[in-house]
Amino acid sequence: MASIKTRLRREKIAKIMMQLSGILITGSLFFIVGTILFKGFPYLTWEMISQVPQGGFYIGKEGGILNAIIGSLYLGLASTFLAALIGLPVAIYLNIYVKSGSFLARSSKLLFDVLFGVPSIVYGAIAFSIMIWMGIRASLLGGIITVTLLTIPIVVRTIDELLKTIPVDLKHVTQSLGATKWEVAKILLLHIKPGIFTALLLAFGRAIGDVAGVLLTAGFSDNIPKYLDEPAATLPLAIFFQLSSPIPEVQGRAYASALILTLIILIIVICTHYLASKQRKHKI
Amino acid sequence: MSWRLLKDFLFKKSAAVFLAVSLSVVLLIFVGLGYKSLPLLQSESIINILTQSVWSPLKGNFGFLPFIMGTIWVTFIALIIAVPLCLLASAYLAEYASDRLKNFVLPLVNVLAAIPPVLFGVWGILFVVPILSDYIGPAFGITSSGYSVFAGGIVLAVMIFPIMISIMVEVLKTIPEELKAASLSLGATKWETIKKVVFVKAKPGIFAAVVLAISRAFGETIAVLMVCGNIPQIPKGLFDAGYPLPALIANNFGEMMSIPLYDSALMFAALLLFVIIFGFNFLSRVILNRLEEKA
Repeated sequence: MASIKTRLRREKIAKIMMQLSGILITGSLFFIVGTILFKGFPYLTWEMISQVPQGGFYIGKEGGILNAIIGSLYLGLASTFLAALIGLPVAIYLNIYVKSGSFLARSSKLLFDVLFGVPSIVYGAIAFSIMIWMGIRASLLGGIITVTLLTIPIVVRTIDELLKTIPVDLKHVTQSLGATKWEVAKILLLHIKPGIFTALLLAFGRAIGDVAGVLLTAGFSDNIPKYLDEPAATLPLAIFFQLSSPIPEVQGRAYASALILTLIILIIVICTHYLASKQRKHKI
Repeated sequence: MSWRLLKDFLFKKSAAVFLAVSLSVVLLIFVGLGYKSLPLLQSESIINILTQSVWSPLKGNFGFLPFIMGTIWVTFIALIIAVPLCLLASAYLAEYASDRLKNFVLPLVNVLAAIPPVLFGVWGILFVVPILSDYIGPAFGITSSGYSVFAGGIVLAVMIFPIMISIMVEVLKTIPEELKAASLSLGATKWETIKKVVFVKAKPGIFAAVVLAISRAFGETIAVLMVCGNIPQIPKGLFDAGYPLPALIANNFGEMMSIPLYDSALMFAALLLFVIIFGFNFLSRVILNRLEEKA
């Protein structure tokens, strides 16, 4: 064995390497956000966020990306709502109605975990071909359905983790007082209220940032959609399209759009963090 | 009384229906993609499709090898960068770091996970691509536009940091204190303990984390598409452009209608992705669940 001196030196080197990797990984976040802030800020104007594209927008003339911002918000809000509508009962069902540890509960949770990992391009591809088969063209509704499918696993798994943290005693006590299982569920939900909002915000963030799923299903449009069957622009797609333009002004707008998306995501993250700390204090 | 029972009953039934519907998505994807890729599979054997390298849909040649190799290149590069960094960082977080540091770093890693893929792509174009073409490429005497599998790998590496770190830290936390104490009391340094006890004991969990990261990297579409160059060739070096499978689907879906078998080929690409990722995810989740039950 090497002498104690070399071994201690190795310990020191290893520790420094570990610290450096930690700094590199955490730093990459600041670096990415910083790059986008730095590049996007000079191009950010009030016009960008208050107007829809005017004639010649894509060759650098006036207009903004309000259509994409509103489109993304519609898409994000609607699919988060639908995902909650489906995901919340499923999570309750798996935790309260089904015996925990039963085959059904375990295999369903496993499947949701796996579904969570399925990339959005696969959802997009299958939804697109179903839409063609049914004769529906790319529209807000198509995008909403695709993104809902993508966010259901997030809602189910996050809420499931929350329900697991509640002591079983509470469930037993409520039930022994004569409550039905649905009434038990309502009591438990009260206890994880801040956590539920965290889960929904996570889902909203994923919905608003997704590209591959909406690329094929929601289409793109310069107008703010009024009905569900109209195509809708989304913020990530607007970034992607503007960035592929060779004209510097349009590219600059892509950076500014990226900046707007970054700010939306950061606001979501700060809210989730706040709610998560509330949930921790809420704990019984 | 009966009203309360009825409400309970209604909720139970509708929740069960929701569960069945949302899980049947798996079946829907598999059957749908399989059905749509049948025409291609009937016209050519699956081995030919997977091993031929000529992709010219107009002539009816659908060789997937360039795309498969593109995906493998970017994933492999991402792993080479990310695995050592994440292993070291999570060992530090689990073994050395104070609670305060942990509570500072882990939320930041979660923020990284919340950043949409397209922003990683923007960062790749603004930073990684120019660095590769202006500095790193010339340093090796290579002229390159920077849009290459190397750029894709770097961007992907950053994207899989969060999932690896969070799982690895969880896994390392489950290593019993007694094992570490035994090793330390025999005179091993902390690093020797980590290397020879903690990592060895945590091997299945680390493996699961890496497999999960691979499947994330396999399916990542837009960020990789933006920096990879998208030329259907088999990459021969780090600075060659590549064309990963998801990018193929995303780039060509709109225009596929007129060419025979083209849509079938793209659906086959989606099926391939789905099957591989489903398998990988399944494997690593089973390993992780087993670890969790043991702990």
